[in-house]
Amino acid sequence: MAMADTAATSAQRISLLRVLGPAHVWALGVGIVLVGEFMGWNFSVGKGGALGALIACWVIGLLYTCVAMIDSEVTSTVAAAGGQYAQAKHIMGPLMAFNVGLYLVMAYTMLEAADALVVGDLLSAVAAETGHEGLDPRPFVVLTIAVLAWLNYRGVFMTLTVNFVITAAAFISILILFVGVSPWSPGQVLLHRELLTELPYGWIGVLASFQFGIWYYLGIEGTCQAAEEVRSPARSLPYGTMSGIITLLIAASLTWYIAAGLLPWEYLGQAATPLYDAARVTGSTALKVFLFIGTIFSAIASANGCINDASRSWFSMGRDRYMPLWFGAVHPQYRTPYRSILFLIPIAVSFAFTDLLDQVITFSILSGLLGYTFMPINMWMFRRKWPLDSIRRGYVHPMHPLPAFVLLCLCAATFVGTFLGYGAQLIAMMAFYIVASLWFVFHRYKYVRRGDQFTMPWPKPLGY
Amino acid sequence: MDFWTLFEYAAWAVSFVLFAWMAMDFMRVNRDFSEDLLTSSREGEIEAISERHDLK
Repeated sequence: MAMADTAATSAQRISLLRVLGPAHVWALGVGIVLVGEFMGWNFSVGKGGALGALIACWVIGLLYTCVAMIDSEVTSTVAAAGGQYAQAKHIMGPLMAFNVGLYLVMAYTMLEAADALVVGDLLSAVAAETGHEGLDPRPFVVLTIAVLAWLNYRGVFMTLTVNFVITAAAFISILILFVGVSPWSPGQVLLHRELLTELPYGWIGVLASFQFGIWYYLGIEGTCQAAEEVRSPARSLPYGTMSGIITLLIAASLTWYIAAGLLPWEYLGQAATPLYDAARVTGSTALKVFLFIGTIFSAIASANGCINDASRSWFSMGRDRYMPLWFGAVHPQYRTPYRSILFLIPIAVSFAFTDLLDQVITFSILSGLLGYTFMPINMWMFRRKWPLDSIRRGYVHPMHPLPAFVLLCLCAATFVGTFLGYGAQLIAMMAFYIVASLWFVFHRYKYVRRGDQFTMPWPKPLGY
Repeated sequence: MDFWTLFEYAAWAVSFVLFAWMAMDFMRVNRDFSEDLLTSSREGEIEAISERHDLK
């Protein structure tokens, strides 16, 4: 009866368009993240030295590999635009889902603002090099957000196809730089023997560097928001996500290897554009140009993916009435969540105009970290309530509960490391989410249609 | 007026045009389609039609 009703009324419904393939999922995940290879990761060097940053790179790489594996299983089974929001709703409940939805929107909107700031700052730097000092970056910040929002408004296929091209170009620029520094002849260009030092702040510095190691990989979980727009969720999401994390592990290792072999850790730890600076040190104009293009492409790709993901999360919350239903509208022609896309534009622009890049980035990282802490708990509950033989999964990740356990431990360690340097921001963020949760529980939840919000055709959970 | 100053003005102009286009299209869609239709999307619709999960 339910299926007949659904079939009969589906002609009167507008839904998101299922047009994406694994390459688009890769482009979305890697596109959001790759900018972290061009900037941001190097602050881990400032905390823990070059070798500390390498430890952070691989330990956090392990954290994100667990994230990718866990996400691939749950998202291929809960294939909805809300991604982790939809997962939390079905597995843990509405309050967790509300918080996860907010984590996603805040993390991606602030990352988008940071990316647009980067584009503006890069163009200002180029203008200064050509003799025009004091170029205002704000028109270019606004232009970046305007063009990418328009692209997202017009359709997801073109948005992520463009993202595939510019993300691939940015990744190739890292490969070109790697080849350009002659890694087969150590000491010729790369000077690891001379530049690498002991851990300058000991193991506590390594712990403190973990939060910046996140920059290598932050955002790969964003592939989940494409779940309602891929042609085959069970195939495309695991393929795209796992190939994405493999790409990022390679890119992160190459990035560290190049930068640590060309720049002293004292400089590297506070550089604004470490890979571009590394290219400048080589003296090659061609490498400088490639890396400039790679840096700006990576920032644009990241902002593009963030607009896509933040709007899907907000749209999903609106569709369930966690936010006003008005945001749950789909454009009848372009089949995009157009109201959510437009709503988040002024928020991103105002974050970008604060010119507090480090604060904006910190809030984005912390929101993401809360999301990663939720994932292992979610995974454990998913397997417990719906064991492997109870529902069909698109992908089953191996060695459960080891990845979930490792992820939880690494998140805890990263929180400790974050508290060491950004304790006030961490507490302020927790206070924000507590206040938002109180608003949801005492005001907003009465508007939610409690039966309608659970949409997966699953049997009752084990033990219920 | 040098290239960068022109580029600044062009950036503002293009941004304005794009935002104006989106705003006008947004108003047109809201006017021409019913709210029920625009918010008719449902999560999990494909799964509801195509999947069955049998308890073993």
